[in-house]
Amino acid sequence: MSVMEALPDVLAVALLLLGTLLCLTAGLGLLRFPDVLTRMHAGTKPQVLGVLLIMVGAAIRLQGWSATWMLLLVAAFQMLTAPVSAHMISRVAYRRRHVRRDRLLVDELHTGGEMRDSVYRGDEPADAPPEEPGRALVESRREDLDGPPDAGGRQPS
Amino acid sequence: MTVVFWLAYGMLGVGALLTLVRLGMGPSLLDRVVATDTLLVIIAAGLAVHAGLQRDPTVVPVLVVVSLLAFVGSVSVARYIGGMLLRSAGDGQDVGLPEAAEERAARSLEADR
Repeated sequence: MSVMEALPDVLAVALLLLGTLLCLTAGLGLLRFPDVLTRMHAGTKPQVLGVLLIMVGAAIRLQGWSATWMLLLVAAFQMLTAPVSAHMISRVAYRRRHVRRDRLLVDELHTGGEMRDSVYRGDEPADAPPEEPGRALVESRREDLDGPPDAGGRQPS
Repeated sequence: MTVVFWLAYGMLGVGALLTLVRLGMGPSLLDRVVATDTLLVIIAAGLAVHAGLQRDPTVVPVLVVVSLLAFVGSVSVARYIGGMLLRSAGDGQDVGLPEAAEERAARSLEADR
């Protein structure tokens, strides 16, 4: 076996081993880091770089176009989806306050200690029951007595 | 080649084992979600390493399915916990999340001081 024949195999095996090393570091980081955001930072290492390295290594070893395209698909898909899922998990972690704030250097989302449940509006159906039933009842009774509110008045939300 | 086998599968196995430990320890649901995501990625990496080392392309379609599954699982759980929440008063115990270990550690630190 000449050097030129052995070279792709050596390269592929080196890439595969690098990728598996990244998987090991992901496990270590997941175990040792203190909160959700840092654990996610460790867990995302094999998701992009590790998967890319392993896919390239496997594509070199497999030597067939069909397998190569499918491995390329997996790599592209990982690179598309890893940011999305990381974004969603970290957003929920921040809003549910599973974040060590004493470890944050910059906290741009901090609202100044306002502790109140706040839910996105506009997602409820049009015939949803009113948010505050008592006030809605009082307003509707006043409208029954006084007639409909004038045009410049507050639109009922 | 045997050394490569042992090294690759050993590192993958230890990594998967450590993520399993995190999956069991918790402490919050989001930690488990992150651990599950990483575990599925490690499984996909193991399948690809098997395919590469054995020159066996039959497991490659399974790889696509596993990577899809990881994404869908983590996103759906994140949507389920978060919902349309913009900002929360509690730390999520009202929707079934356990008490955040970060909050507990900060409180015990305050108590010690």
